Amino acid sequence: MNTHTKMDAHHVMDAPDHRNRLDDMAQGILGTTMDRPDGPLKVTGTATYAHEDHPAGMLHGVLVRATVPRGTLDGTHDAAVLALPGVRRVLHGDRFLRNPAQGTANEAPVQGSREIFYVGQPVALVVAETFEQARHGAQRLVLQMTPGDAVTDPTADDIAVERDPDEQSSMGDLDKAMKDAAFSVDQTYTTPGHTSAAMEPHAAVAWWDGDKLTIRASAQMLKYNKNEIADSLGIDVRDVHMLAPYVGGGFGGKLGISPEAVAAALAARDLGAPVSVAMTRRQVSEATMRRSETVQQIRLAADADGVLTGIGHVARVSQLEDEDYAEPVTQATPFLYRGKNREIGLELVRVNATCAGSVRAPGEAVGLTALEIAMDELAVAAGIDPVELRRRNIPEVDPSDDKPFSSHTLEAALDDGAKAFGWDGRKTKTTDGDWLVGSGMSSAVRVNMIGESHARVTLNPDGTLLIETDMTDVGTGTYAILTQIAGEMLGVTPDRITTVLGDSDLPESAGSGGSWGASSAGSSVFLACERIRQEIAKTLDCDEGDLTLKDGIATAANRQVPLAQVLGDAPLTSTGVIEPGKTSEAVRQATFGAFFAEVGVHRVTGEVRVRRMHGSFAAGRILNAKTARSQCLGGMTFGIGMALTEAMIFDPRDGRLVNGDFGEYHIPVNADVPQLTVNFVHERDPWANPMQAKGIGELGICGAGACVLNAIHDACGVRVRDLPATLDRILDGLPEV
Amino acid sequence: MQTRLTINGTPHDLDADARTSLLDALRNHLDLTGTKKGCDHGQCGACTVIVNGRRINACLTLACMHDGDEITTIEGLGQPGNLSPLQAAFVKHDGFQCGYCTPGQICSATAMLQEVKDGWPSHVSGNLTGAMDLTDAEIGERMSGNLCRCAAYPNIVDAIRDAAEVKA
Amino acid sequence: MKSFDYIRATDTGHASAEAAEGAVIIAGGTNLLDLMKLEVMTPDALVDITRLDLKQIAATDDGGLRIGTLVTNADLAAHMTVRTDYPMLSQALLAGASGQLRNKATTGGNLLQRTRCYYFYDTATPCNKRAPGTGCAAMEGATRLHAILGGSDQCIATHPSDMAVAMRALDAVVEIEASTGETRHVPLSDFYLLPGDTPQIETVLRRGDLITAVILPAPAQGVQSYTKVRDRASYAFAMVSVAGRIAMDGDRIGQASIAFGGIAPQPWRDADAEAALVGQPATRETFARAADILLADAKPAKDNAFKVPLTRRTLIATLTDLCGKAAS
Repeated sequence: MNTHTKMDAHHVMDAPDHRNRLDDMAQGILGTTMDRPDGPLKVTGTATYAHEDHPAGMLHGVLVRATVPRGTLDGTHDAAVLALPGVRRVLHGDRFLRNPAQGTANEAPVQGSREIFYVGQPVALVVAETFEQARHGAQRLVLQMTPGDAVTDPTADDIAVERDPDEQSSMGDLDKAMKDAAFSVDQTYTTPGHTSAAMEPHAAVAWWDGDKLTIRASAQMLKYNKNEIADSLGIDVRDVHMLAPYVGGGFGGKLGISPEAVAAALAARDLGAPVSVAMTRRQVSEATMRRSETVQQIRLAADADGVLTGIGHVARVSQLEDEDYAEPVTQATPFLYRGKNREIGLELVRVNATCAGSVRAPGEAVGLTALEIAMDELAVAAGIDPVELRRRNIPEVDPSDDKPFSSHTLEAALDDGAKAFGWDGRKTKTTDGDWLVGSGMSSAVRVNMIGESHARVTLNPDGTLLIETDMTDVGTGTYAILTQIAGEMLGVTPDRITTVLGDSDLPESAGSGGSWGASSAGSSVFLACERIRQEIAKTLDCDEGDLTLKDGIATAANRQVPLAQVLGDAPLTSTGVIEPGKTSEAVRQATFGAFFAEVGVHRVTGEVRVRRMHGSFAAGRILNAKTARSQCLGGMTFGIGMALTEAMIFDPRDGRLVNGDFGEYHIPVNADVPQLTVNFVHERDPWANPMQAKGIGELGICGAGACVLNAIHDACGVRVRDLPATLDRILDGLPEV
Repeated sequence: MQTRLTINGTPHDLDADARTSLLDALRNHLDLTGTKKGCDHGQCGACTVIVNGRRINACLTLACMHDGDEITTIEGLGQPGNLSPLQAAFVKHDGFQCGYCTPGQICSATAMLQEVKDGWPSHVSGNLTGAMDLTDAEIGERMSGNLCRCAAYPNIVDAIRDAAEVKA
Repeated sequence: MKSFDYIRATDTGHASAEAAEGAVIIAGGTNLLDLMKLEVMTPDALVDITRLDLKQIAATDDGGLRIGTLVTNADLAAHMTVRTDYPMLSQALLAGASGQLRNKATTGGNLLQRTRCYYFYDTATPCNKRAPGTGCAAMEGATRLHAILGGSDQCIATHPSDMAVAMRALDAVVEIEASTGETRHVPLSDFYLLPGDTPQIETVLRRGDLITAVILPAPAQGVQSYTKVRDRASYAFAMVSVAGRIAMDGDRIGQASIAFGGIAPQPWRDADAEAALVGQPATRETFARAADILLADAKPAKDNAFKVPLTRRTLIATLTDLCGKAAS
């Protein structure tokens, strides 16, 4: 593309930005409920996901799983499979990925198909002319395996425990605080493994043009993913071109590349033809990432007013060997509440089971859920309203390091949520036919951050606008919000804006994950647009601050000029770059919220139904009220699933996942979810980024399950500490029929 | 296997392995990738298509068993710029996020509304023989064969209610 | 999925003849194809009966209902006679699977669905039902779904059907055409076999047999219902289900017909438990006694002991509800 001027805008977030520039803009589309621009494609089946661009001559590959938890793969009986009709190749070898790359790994994970580390490890690929032939070949491939010693029960008494010093912290004397407490809680909570279970199974289509690899993938973070692919294959990253224009859900499960992508690339190179590999649903469950199960010991000590004097939160999680990631269960515990005496720790054990990694809101999703059940137990013990208990424990500064908060909205969210839900008039310990009805609440909190992100914005002489970045839209609304940010800044209506995403040749973004996508990619677009505004202002001989852009018209000092006239015949292009800086260390940044739920517990069967649920959230500037709300609905529903139905069941004898399908891993269905309500609490966080916006993708799950579990307790008196609250965990506490 | 399928009003002659599911026939042979594969075992509904007026899971049926059948896929319900009322309502109410389950949701809802019109009861109908009102609970139950991990369920219910009201 | 010969049956005789040669009959295919994809089932040939004229629901001479084997679950649930005269059957069907599956799944196929035992589905594990003689991985494994009644030391898998549970309570009869052309009628009570030492043999069907219909007797007196307890609000298999019919005789229970799902290798009925209800006052004591009899021989595994109290509670509540309605 010919560019009029090369104008980069590079901003390091070293200081708060109080300007609230977006509030000064005139277009009026940012923050609205604008429909997703990608909507018409998605509702007509014309958005193309990873496995939906089929190059001519494409072959089909199906992965083969290891069936022992530890050992060696000594050989595979390839000849029998190669003799089957249509089968073209059986692949295995040193470059096969043992498991996916962790989020932002930027390098290959453990590779090689010879050593087996868990049941379900992909150890071979069968490639055939048709999917049917490949699937049968994969099923028929006989593996010669020598089983080794496996550790498959993370709860075993004699298991070795690792304690990363960075994850352990101690302040004051918690034992004494517990002893002196007017009210205390000392309980153990457990959460099972969870799987992201995005509806689109991990899939890749790979083809080579000489040394150049093109790969259509289901991936969240292309900047890292392309390096992971290159490292896995031993090729130059400049030879890797990844495409992921539409991604059928991620939830952390597609942060790093996974085994099918590398297998497809290897096979395509080997066979000189495009190869597609799509994981089966069971393979997604077994061979991508799981959220580790957790065992959490929580101690709360409080004075007579319910003010916390101590917090203990020690969690045990599991992981495959040679992987560093440990579910950061206690991530939010240090700064959420008061309490000077603390013991916070994270323990890791090694098991031969599906790799542990990020599943939506690693850390808070399960850690806060347990903490918020404990807080409810404290409220009950102290006889203090649970909302009030939380209000009394909001700290002025981060108690762990005395850093100020960038913005603190927990109290506002509690108040807003309590009002919206009607907390004061809530149903408590009542009945409705066969249903025992009660209400519960919990706080929400999620750490906030940004990642380095680049985006190119081009304002064309015809008044159209082009936004380009390798950012992905995994359902999060990226197409919508980037369109809105640029349109708002440059006064262009959305129908004249094209947003191109998911192409690794475009400027590198932070990618989708950790709730940082909108803030990071959005800020880069904002910066590019700001730079373009400066250029326009210069042309019009005014200050950028005095420039109004709306509907393609520039207004400055009572002069109205069509943008086309300002631009002449050349486009204006700017690449915006945002980089995290000192604000990420100077202050504690987080998003806050509050959940409220009313549930029914069936008096006979112990079945639980969420009757209504509300969330109030503060996440800085809301960029699109519709898509932000949808993100929260999704998070809250993950919370319902976590509270009531979701559990990966591993057979303790061999670490085998027994319920790796949607028939038995129960994500909520439509009938499980009532008409949820969501409010946003007004906030502008100057420390976060130049848009004063924060992440919203994960806040909705953080602690959400706890409000449901607390409501169960209110309804029927049963305190469920081992998730999920399936009926068998409630039945014993119900009155006789 | 030679199979003639009429898809969205257009006849297609398929020559494929007997093992080919209707879903794989659409996606891998006929380049109709609007119909999605989420689980391949009838446990998610992403592959929902309408065959001879009824919604089914395309993954759990063989293409060769549908010789002569009339099949409607998402591509046949509407196109960008020419959305069906349900498709438009899904956009308006944000009845999706990632969009992967969406074609199945919309095919399912399209046929589901006809089932309600035909007076079919559901698990949550208070009375098996009474009038079938399209309450939120009825929509939720009748749409429970379509999983959505983004969990747009409340918006899906809104979209279907809206489209049904517009239609009525 | 292994390659197979696909045969489209021209009539029932053709279908039976092919089945006698080893072909597996396919109708809705919603479970068979599920299992074939995983190579849990690997037939050499499929005989497709979907074009046969077995889709009728018709009144029988003695006031009952003959349901053609190809009647879909959706059509059966929506059939007005079923809704009015056999409501528990409509309710059971509507509590099962999803709208999409019910549109495809057939009456005969539903009776023959295989268990949802995790290990049955995983060909890398031992399973006496899938691969006779290999052992049972479930017994010492994850057993939340498994049977508390009727299991053996070879197999504790449950039968997953809802429809069949209601049909069992309704005293349905299965009409079977053999490859000899002979038709026989087998009460559903005799249709299923307990696992014993041969868990792979699930029914009395012989090679070449084709289910052509299920026949319901004339509607019985009383009030009926189907209650399903499960892990989520919809689209999940039963932890326990109860199909019940109660007719009162004055202030005492006149007739009781109760079948259970989710707790046994087949739709379960206990004649002694029913006998303990008949002639008795409709009191909690009566219901509790029936539950005691039903569950006296319950043998829970590691993870499913909850099914004992769950079944007991659900039964008592169902009986309370039915007797109350039957009396009014």
